Amino acid sequence: MIGVAPKETSRGGLLKALSANEAVAEAVKDLDVDVIAAYPITPQTTVVEKLAEYVANGLLDAEFVPVESEHSALSVVLGASAVGARSFTATSSQGLIYMHEMLHIASGLRLPIVMSVAMRALSAPISIWNDHSDVMNVRDSGWIIYFVSSAQEAYDTTLMAYRLAEDPSVLLPVMVAYDGFIASHTIEPVSVEGRDAALDFAPKRVTWETLDPKNPVTMGAITSPDYYYEIKYQQVDAMKKALERARDVEREFGNRFGRGYGLVEGYMVEDAEAALLVTASYWDNVRIAVDLARKKGLKAGALKLRLYRPFPREELLDSIKNLKVLGVIDRAISYGATPSGPLAVEIIAAIRERSNVAVQSIVAGIGQRTVYIEDYLKLFERLKEIGDRGERPDTTLFYGVRA
Amino acid sequence: MSFKIRTIRDIPREELIAGGHNLCAGCTAGTIVRHLLKVAGRNTIVVTATGCVEVSTTPYPYTSWHVPWIHVAFENAAAVAAGIESGIKALARKGLVDSKERINVIALAGDGGTFDIGFQALSGMLERGHRVLYVVYDNEAYMNTGIQRSSATPPGAWTTTTPVGSRLRGEHRPKKSLIDIAIAHRIPYAASANPAYPVDMARKFEKGLSVEGPALVHVLMPCTTGWKFEPRYGIRIARLAVETGMWINWEYENGALRVTVKVPRRKPVEAYLRMQGRFSHLTKEEIEEIQRMVDLEVERVNKLVGETAIGPVVRDY
Amino acid sequence: MSEELQRLPKWFEVPIGGVVKEPGNTVRLEKSGWRTERPVRDQDACIRCRLCWIYCPDAAVLELDKPYTTTRGVSYSVTYEFNYELCKGCGICAMECSVGAIKMVPEEL
Repeated sequence: MIGVAPKETSRGGLLKALSANEAVAEAVKDLDVDVIAAYPITPQTTVVEKLAEYVANGLLDAEFVPVESEHSALSVVLGASAVGARSFTATSSQGLIYMHEMLHIASGLRLPIVMSVAMRALSAPISIWNDHSDVMNVRDSGWIIYFVSSAQEAYDTTLMAYRLAEDPSVLLPVMVAYDGFIASHTIEPVSVEGRDAALDFAPKRVTWETLDPKNPVTMGAITSPDYYYEIKYQQVDAMKKALERARDVEREFGNRFGRGYGLVEGYMVEDAEAALLVTASYWDNVRIAVDLARKKGLKAGALKLRLYRPFPREELLDSIKNLKVLGVIDRAISYGATPSGPLAVEIIAAIRERSNVAVQSIVAGIGQRTVYIEDYLKLFERLKEIGDRGERPDTTLFYGVRA
Repeated sequence: MSFKIRTIRDIPREELIAGGHNLCAGCTAGTIVRHLLKVAGRNTIVVTATGCVEVSTTPYPYTSWHVPWIHVAFENAAAVAAGIESGIKALARKGLVDSKERINVIALAGDGGTFDIGFQALSGMLERGHRVLYVVYDNEAYMNTGIQRSSATPPGAWTTTTPVGSRLRGEHRPKKSLIDIAIAHRIPYAASANPAYPVDMARKFEKGLSVEGPALVHVLMPCTTGWKFEPRYGIRIARLAVETGMWINWEYENGALRVTVKVPRRKPVEAYLRMQGRFSHLTKEEIEEIQRMVDLEVERVNKLVGETAIGPVVRDY
Repeated sequence: MSEELQRLPKWFEVPIGGVVKEPGNTVRLEKSGWRTERPVRDQDACIRCRLCWIYCPDAAVLELDKPYTTTRGVSYSVTYEFNYELCKGCGICAMECSVGAIKMVPEEL
């Protein structure tokens, strides 16, 4: 169902001024994580620095392992998880791609690892600035993926991530992704719930198979064509269960802490004649643009996709049911694909048989090319035009490139 | 510290790695891993890198291992082992696992997964001081993929990526010295071992598992398929490696270096080389060149240990 | 799908993540078909030096607490025998035997 905008709350928590990076670190501390693997990469570095401080000051009792590469970061975390430790690491961009091989192995071995990603553009050319090319490139690695838009949402989703990952019917690793710099370095008020509440919401219970001398098992055997497909199909089923459980977790979190997000969030879409779907931090400005557009007489609306894998098709269909046209903003390029916005392609495929909404793929914000509120207004106008003319767009709008 | 293994009778009887695996007939890795587990015992977790041992001992849904075992990838046995060790440490500190019983953590990899692709993870693990025993079974090439050279391939050896042709005649690059690399990481224990000297090898596993920090044991693993010899000669060739000085069993413990299997009178290298098909193309001059390289290394090691642990070549053996 | 394939476990009957929960079950995979020759031991010549058991890569030499007295009246408390299901016929035991008590004999067809 479409979620509601976050309310202020707190039942015993503290209100702190934090960036998304710092909020994630607070969550990891509150969740009493056992093993942290740390490798620095802009713009994630503050996460591991904060965690190092907590461990150094005895605020978090964890093994802090300063690894020699991101590939080893995920390897260390995987090993720790395999013996039943709650583990965490964080990365961005090149680091995420460096550990790509390990992403598949972590999900294939069904280990409940949680990792935060401060999204950043991929080389080449090298860029430290934000876009979604890193996460889009690992979307089929078998991880559950959340796009979060604020420091509060980053804190909250990290709590939900462990709850979901460690659920015995799921047992899949979870990625909590937010915009590098835009969210990772921007300070916002965050309600930090504290250790007792966090552990009450996501208790530490080893719900998965572990390496234990008292009960020796073999993990990672070489698997012939006679068995590989079945073991991979287990992951397909786990993703289905993850979707159901994600809904439960959202509800439980909302009841417990008073902040509900929903897998898809809508803003004024019920009567919108032009709507934009965005992910992560574009959510703030696009809603301001909706208000401005409506003042000018254009009935604009906006949608935020929060859970990306597994894909919340029912929530999406429900949220677009009154629309004629939807613009999907992608901050990554699927080179050579038609259209070239990866999220747009997925949405078109997901809704094709059950909705007649026209979808315009919009690529914007590449390498943190700024999208201003005026740009959203221009996009709303273009989308309204498409709707009025009954156009069925099938090309990609590369918005903002000097061409 | 008193050790359990003194003679051949002290090697425990229990088999913690079952037969029925798919290692080649005569594969000396089977011998090495049997003894590694006998010394380590049941309270052990093993991480194995992709390679001959991993693939042959765990054909789903079967496994040879009687201890908890995990395979993750090719290049990260050391990193995964570091993660396991860290996980156990954290859980023990929080009272979530029994901290009184010491669980051995062993990373097992071939020369490919150690000298080349696994080098970074190995270096990181050694440098950070994790309490992990890293055992490398060195068959001097990427054997599991069909005999390709690695940085552990000795000069002169034929492999499929250093074949013998009209322009190039086998591997020409010298073998990396893993023990020196391990020592450079300032770890408490590093040693080289050989399956033809099982008591020496078992004692080194025992010592490696007893130190408070990383340990590395580098074991020569003659390979019947890749080195091209009849399966029954595996142990004999391993012994000849030591007798010719082509393999030195030495040990680095708390800053002191010593040779543990002394060879007062060395056999000429031909005795070792002529038994292996991978060296069958070598001319008299090429063999003399290899002899010279071995003489230099023997001299270097003797200097480092401060005695003539490996003696001169005696031709009429 | 072939009939044989059909009879294998379904996806929900396989342990999660393809974990193998039966330690050491490779002993069920018979290796006798790999051999062209098999080791045969002369129990009277065997001095129980343990070397064949030490070197066998396949744990196919069994060290048994079975007393044995040779025809010359030498008594041992231990006897070594071969597990012919697991033996691949590599010949290392025969080669390393300190007294030549093991011979490799061609497998009967």
